[in-house]
Amino acid sequence: MYLEATLTPPVKETMRTSGADAVPRSFIAEDVDLIFGYPGGAIMPVYDALYHYQEQVKHVLTRHEQGAIHAAQGYARVTGKVGVVLATSGPGATNLITGIADAMIDSTPLVCITGQVGSQLLGTDAFQEIDIISISMPATKWNYQVTKAEQLPEALSRAFYIARSGRPGPVLIDITKDAQFEMFDFAYRKCKQIRSYTPVPTLNLNRVEEAADLINSAKKPLVVFGQGVILGNAEKEFKQLIERANLPAASTLLGLSALPSDHPLYVGMLGMHGNYAPNVLTNECDVLIAVGMRFDDRVTGDLSRYAKQAKVIHFDIDPAEINKNVQADVAVLGDCKESLQALIPLVYERSHQSWLQEFEALKGVEQTKVIEQDLKPTSGPISMGEVIYQVNVQTDGHAVLVTDVGQHQMVASRYTQFKQSKSNITSGGLGTMGFCLPAALGAKLGAPEREVIAVIGDGGFQMTIQELGAIFQTKVAVKIIILNNSFLGMVRQWQQLFFDKRYSSTEMENPDFVAIAKGYGIEGESISERENLPAAVSEMLQHDGSYLLEVHVGQEDNVFPMVPTGASVSEIRLE
Amino acid sequence: MEQAYTLSIFSENSVGLLNRITSILTRRHLNIDSINSSESESSGIYRFTIVVKTTEAQVKKLVLQLEKQVEVMKAVYHTDSDTVFQEIALYKISTKSISEGNLVEKLIRDNNARILSVESDFMIIEKTGHKEETQELLDFLSPYGVLEFVRSGRVSVIKPMGELEGI
Ligand SMILES: Cc1ncc(C[n+]2csc(CCOP(=O)(O)OP(=O)(O)O)c2C)c(N)n1
Ligand SMILES: [Mg+2]
Repeated sequence: MYLEATLTPPVKETMRTSGADAVPRSFIAEDVDLIFGYPGGAIMPVYDALYHYQEQVKHVLTRHEQGAIHAAQGYARVTGKVGVVLATSGPGATNLITGIADAMIDSTPLVCITGQVGSQLLGTDAFQEIDIISISMPATKWNYQVTKAEQLPEALSRAFYIARSGRPGPVLIDITKDAQFEMFDFAYRKCKQIRSYTPVPTLNLNRVEEAADLINSAKKPLVVFGQGVILGNAEKEFKQLIERANLPAASTLLGLSALPSDHPLYVGMLGMHGNYAPNVLTNECDVLIAVGMRFDDRVTGDLSRYAKQAKVIHFDIDPAEINKNVQADVAVLGDCKESLQALIPLVYERSHQSWLQEFEALKGVEQTKVIEQDLKPTSGPISMGEVIYQVNVQTDGHAVLVTDVGQHQMVASRYTQFKQSKSNITSGGLGTMGFCLPAALGAKLGAPEREVIAVIGDGGFQMTIQELGAIFQTKVAVKIIILNNSFLGMVRQWQQLFFDKRYSSTEMENPDFVAIAKGYGIEGESISERENLPAAVSEMLQHDGSYLLEVHVGQEDNVFPMVPTGASVSEIRLE
Repeated sequence: MEQAYTLSIFSENSVGLLNRITSILTRRHLNIDSINSSESESSGIYRFTIVVKTTEAQVKKLVLQLEKQVEVMKAVYHTDSDTVFQEIALYKISTKSISEGNLVEKLIRDNNARILSVESDFMIIEKTGHKEETQELLDFLSPYGVLEFVRSGRVSVIKPMGELEGI
């Protein structure tokens, strides 16, 4: 095979099998015991092979391939393992694309396997033929088409290695039908290294020293962290670092839960709907320490007015992220666990008392202007914030939060109290509506011992509502909260603020969600009165099995604070 | 300031890689002035030579995006002054028109061109050089009628030593 690699000795002795049979065998060799997918003509031999390995490899049949891939993403995010997806050629493969793009931009390790027409038919516009390799190319970390059975173990071992190593991402392997039928001598050798690929850059200790010098000289340091801390299993080191020098730390949307929300040095979420203090003080800090984050435009606002006064230190595993959006004064490339371990002993103990006070003061402003009304309103319709508040109180922050995209996502991310890592699953970079319900299914299957709470808008719920079927069939207990404002709320908010309230195609007449859930054998309740909220949340959590709680919330409530597009982070609006 | 940069990309020989490389450029609306691929001095390692017009800030990001691809070992960029480069051009002209006057000798002497093939009705002339030079010859020949003209992508080697270590 063209990708030169170092492989381990065969896991088991060679045996004669079909290409299709090699697929579950390879899964077993990679310790994969759960996969998600949807069958069809071009992948049928693999499905037939799976039939014989049901004990070792469980397959979850979703109701749409998009559901399968989002479920695999939820599974991967909660477990840290590679999510595996199976789909047929043509429409099955194209239905995966949204999830592939989502996994790419949010660095989620996935191996997607698609069936393809027979190799003799390639290029003939055969039934359900589509060039999925070309279509998925810009959205995959790597992809490869297998046309001979003997290429399968090599392709799959590389696929798993590439998906999980370095900065993780989705990989797609397309297998022609004839390769699935072909007999060959199977032996699986795991991939250890690939000649042309450096997943983790070597740590340069000089850079670590320079970073330490800057941090030690800082009067007003601010740490901004992202999912890299979670992907690098560096939560412990990260906490040690900030505690040692009393560094205030703010999270990106995907960094949430890497640090407990009640940690005294946690100063909130960054970005467009993040907290007031970290956004404002980004433009006042003297040293900005970025750890495993990529300065997304939703985090930085107007780049030309983003932290211009600060020296920037950037820790990342991906060299292409350095200086992409924000110029770094010191770039520390490498695995952040290792980098932080090297950094910690070089950092002086500091108190930064008055600087931390500034965060407290601004937090107070946000508290009175926004948070009080969000979490504890006394009149008017139920607010999204008070629902999240009830969930916090009743789960004590131990649940896995899965969110969709929109206002409810921002509110849930702002207010959920996280106690442990890998507890926040959302579509950040792509902002994929419809992500939540299937991702929650995958998360629950990956962490059956944990409470999994799906917080979804009435719009996004209807994008993948069919996965109630998969939840029903797998009998897992997903707690679904629909925050129903009868609007595509986030778009409506922008229409109100920036398009003179012209609500163009954002109002929705919704069905009876509880009745739909009932049809799938899922119990539920719908509420619209404040006094019923605590009992309704309690009923949902107590219920044995999946449950749907629909809460009618204020139709025209807005999410604040907000950094309008084009504004600087310090111009964040409180109302 | 925009100027021409030569990207040299060293990679495994994969069918799809060209697609990945060009989409990294086209996604950023960069026009490819010329592109060439061949085997490099190390067996099994391929070398793409791509010329783009862009800014240094952009080209710096480009090479990182290129190196990020699993199949790419190394990507570097250079300005013209840091490389030695050539293009090859072929010209097909009618034998009759070219034999009028002292054209052939002028061609060979002044332009450093070569005659590759002479047929009864046409001749194929070859010239290697920079784009301006092959263009100059094209302009010179145009009045006599050029039946076909084709210019290759740039091939280029880099002057600084030691930059390609570890490939
Ligand atoms: C697939 C997809 N289509 C469109 C959008 C644009 N969009 C972002 S938020 C949003 C509204 C979401 O409405 P809803 O699910 O009801 O959540 P709410 O904002 O009301 O909480 C839309 C349409 C998107 N993010 N994803
Ligand atoms: Mg809504």
